[in-house]
Amino acid sequence: MKRKLVMVGNGMAGVRCVEEILKLDREAFEMTIFGSEPHPNYNRILLSTVLQGNTSIEEITLNSWEWYKQNGIRLFAGETVTDIDHERRLVRTDRGRTVEYDELILATGSNPFILPIPGADLPGVTAFRDIKDCERMIEYAKTYKKAAVIGGGLLGLEAARGLLNLGMEVDVIHIFDYLMERQLDPTASKLLQRELEKQGMNFLLCKETAELFGNGRVEGVRFKDGTEIAADLVVMAVGIRPNVDLARKSGIAVNRGIVVNDYLETSVPHIYAVGECAEHRGVVYGLVAPLYEQGKVLAQVICGRKGRPYEGSVVSTQLKVSGVDVFSAGEFMDGEGTESIKLYDEARGMYKKVVVREGKIVGAVLFGDTSEGRKLFDMIHRGDSLESLSLSLFAPISTEGKGSLVGAMADTDVVCGCNGVTKGAICQAIAEHGLKTVAEVRDCTNASRSCGGCKGLVAELLEYMLGAEASRYATKETVCSCTDLSRDEVIEAIKEKRLTTVREVMYVLGWKNEEGCSKCRPALNYYLGMLYPGEYDEEAESLFVNERLHANIQADGTYSVVPRMYGGVTTAEQLRKIADVAEKYNVPMIKLTGGQRIDLLGVKKEDLPHVWAELGMPSGYAYAKALRTVKTCVGKQFCRFGTQDSTGLGIRMEQTFERLKTPHKVKMAVSACPRNCAESGIKDVGIVGVEGGWEIYVGGNGGTHLRAADLLCTVKTEEEVIEMTGAFLQYYRESAHYLERTSKWVERVGLEHIREVLFDVETRRGLLERLHQALATTKDPWREIVESEKLQQTLFRDIAKKEPVPVE
Amino acid sequence: MAKVEIGRMDQLPKRLGKCVRIGALELALFRTGEDRVYAVENRCPHKGGDLSQGIVSGEFVFCPLHDWKICLKDGQAQAPDEGCVKTYRVTVEDGHLYVEL
Ligand SMILES: Cc1cc2nc3c(=O)[nH]c(=O)nc-3n(C[C@H](O)[C@H](O)[C@H](O)COP(=O)(O)OP(=O)(O)OC[C@H]3O[C@@H](n4cnc5c(N)ncnc54)[C@H](O)[C@@H]3O)c2cc1C
Ligand code: SF4
Ligand code: FES
Repeated sequence: MKRKLVMVGNGMAGVRCVEEILKLDREAFEMTIFGSEPHPNYNRILLSTVLQGNTSIEEITLNSWEWYKQNGIRLFAGETVTDIDHERRLVRTDRGRTVEYDELILATGSNPFILPIPGADLPGVTAFRDIKDCERMIEYAKTYKKAAVIGGGLLGLEAARGLLNLGMEVDVIHIFDYLMERQLDPTASKLLQRELEKQGMNFLLCKETAELFGNGRVEGVRFKDGTEIAADLVVMAVGIRPNVDLARKSGIAVNRGIVVNDYLETSVPHIYAVGECAEHRGVVYGLVAPLYEQGKVLAQVICGRKGRPYEGSVVSTQLKVSGVDVFSAGEFMDGEGTESIKLYDEARGMYKKVVVREGKIVGAVLFGDTSEGRKLFDMIHRGDSLESLSLSLFAPISTEGKGSLVGAMADTDVVCGCNGVTKGAICQAIAEHGLKTVAEVRDCTNASRSCGGCKGLVAELLEYMLGAEASRYATKETVCSCTDLSRDEVIEAIKEKRLTTVREVMYVLGWKNEEGCSKCRPALNYYLGMLYPGEYDEEAESLFVNERLHANIQADGTYSVVPRMYGGVTTAEQLRKIADVAEKYNVPMIKLTGGQRIDLLGVKKEDLPHVWAELGMPSGYAYAKALRTVKTCVGKQFCRFGTQDSTGLGIRMEQTFERLKTPHKVKMAVSACPRNCAESGIKDVGIVGVEGGWEIYVGGNGGTHLRAADLLCTVKTEEEVIEMTGAFLQYYRESAHYLERTSKWVERVGLEHIREVLFDVETRRGLLERLHQALATTKDPWREIVESEKLQQTLFRDIAKKEPVPVE
Repeated sequence: MAKVEIGRMDQLPKRLGKCVRIGALELALFRTGEDRVYAVENRCPHKGGDLSQGIVSGEFVFCPLHDWKICLKDGQAQAPDEGCVKTYRVTVEDGHLYVEL
């Protein structure tokens, strides 16, 4: 039977620990998590950026409701644990629930410290700790103008920046004579103050708050020196207190925090504590990096694999205020027994200081240029000697090419401090999983998942690993320069807001170019068609000319016409007709294409509808982002090597998937034996007949980026070939970027992933269903135009020739 | 100066160019989304592409051959490309279109 694990606290440290446990042993526990807040686990750190307007609350969710469900975790959000009965090993909640445990983890975080002064309970006074506080400030900023932030530390400054962004005037009140005294020395602090004043903050230093006053709601702050200021909103950011009430009440040893040993065990057996509520060797940490390290150790303990103990952490700090780069770590103050190396460039607003004790680097403060912060942090961590410090740190910054910082880092150097992810781990993940974007690295390694401060470094690493290819991915790939949204975001929005036309998409999603461009218009046209098969009417004016006129434009402005010949097979009658038409319309060249079709080159635009009418054959789609041809070899009917009827299968495939629109052109081929006369190895989908079955290859390309196809699977029957091909095509339709060939797409999403999707019977069924919906609504475009006088008029006819007549 | 009647407004679909030949001259005629009408020489400055068949966005057309972006108002190719097509003034009288040569 599974052991029962109960977690009190649904915050950053607790849930991270659960993630670590799941990684070690998915099956060991039946888990229950309680959280006082009504939300699933979110990234508290990013509340600052929410307040500053760069992120929405929805975006900061770390683990969705779905995640808990998928991992079989019972989550009681909005429910507080009020009692622990450690004799009977159960917890009770404010909703009267009791849950038994075998192991219990306390991860109750901390509470903001509220100054015990008169008026602290007035409406309009808030802390800055959770979503509720953040929403309250945003709400207040809508009606009121004047804000006061008490506390000039990290949190206070981030809150102040946010309030400025929300359009409030902000006074920051600080009891010391310089800001962030816990992280900065006076020099760095003064530079910081100067920068923030430029941004519009007003500072009241050496001010001790005596009381908050107001009638009904807060209206101002009064200081001990008798002065006062007006304020409609007061944010208290003066510190945090570990949330230990529950533990204390339950007889667990508590000092400032819940006392734990190097294995995060409390004084009571089977009860552990992790995160901001825990006190380890006398220290309570208030940053996620150490809490995550604790979580890792605790996960091993809980899973019965007591490994390396937790021995405390060196912490570093970064301020999340745009335009201000500060970094500090370790012992950063000058003091007895320390020496320091400093660079102070007042003109440029730059300050760098490295503190040394007994020849070893023990701390650093950087202001203005923090790019070497992580590297210094690792040196401090390792206790490197002063000699290893590259003096380039103090070289005047040159504007061009600082050289690759990431290149110089050791594999064991930490890139993401919050999550303790090393350069080596990231590089390995990039190589192994073919990661291409910062988001992919985040999902795979957790790097940059928390404060996001290392995003730049991760992007650099990607670039370093992937070379030039990366620059395309490093920054977000938007649909085109008319928007900042990516393809996936656009598709999500189309679905969610049910947008139905290209114009509507551009309008609702705030396109920078009102009518888009030649990149996004065709793309949106495709996405809408893919999402609403049969309902969406293609917009002729958003199509590239080839697809609008259903023929290929040539260099001289004439067009080429390729009638469909299934599997490359034709008849005497068809050949005769083609010859007649070619003669009648003076076709200057008749050529066989690489895909085994006949191309009539040099047809005039106005003649196209007549040519089609007289041919009486369906369109060969030689111009389209759609299935083009299925090339076939002779096969067993005639060839002495043939094991299968390749021509027959090719015809069948072409008839089945004819007219299917895809993100880019799709070519297929069927060969009847591994000699591969139809060149199946370089097609989007290539089939090779083998004794008793068929091999299906995907993602091949014979074009600019020559790529051999990958073997997707081997099947026995033609039916299976059709089914797999169909599912593959539909998944490509649904998930590729417009104009992304299957070769690139397969590399981007990974063959393994595609296999997982296609081999899941349920998913495949869904894909095929949507594929058939799309196929059911197609019509032959040539026929349609031949039958419509109106289409011929608007699309094909020029305005009649005129002779110039002089007029007055 | 010559003024030539080249057709009617109702022959021009929005954002879909039309080609007009006047003697030896070939013009690309456009009606923008905002109902303004422009005429430019129908030869892309790059390699002579048929501009009348390009995608029209606002007051620009994208050449169908290699995607150069040409301004319909002044005929200028947009950076990074360089070049220019001739533009012609079009007037509308009573729904009839006239171009000044
Ligand atoms: C605005 C802001 C910005 C920050 N910026 C940074 C930063 O840049 N870098 C950094 O490293 N750190 C930053 N921090 C600190 C970081 O968020 C915390 O260190 C971290 O969230 C602590 O994790 P935790 O799990 O210990 O506590 P929390 O994340 O606070 O989680 C504790 C949870 O337990 C719940 N709980 C408490 N008691 C009970 C109970 N009895 N029953 C049920 N549930 C209970 C609480 O509701 C809470 O949701 C920031 C914090 C804030 C508020
Ligand atoms: S692929 Fe094999 S069966 Fe097909 S034509 Fe070539 S040799 Fe013959
Ligand atoms: S001919 Fe117009 S872009 Fe090349």
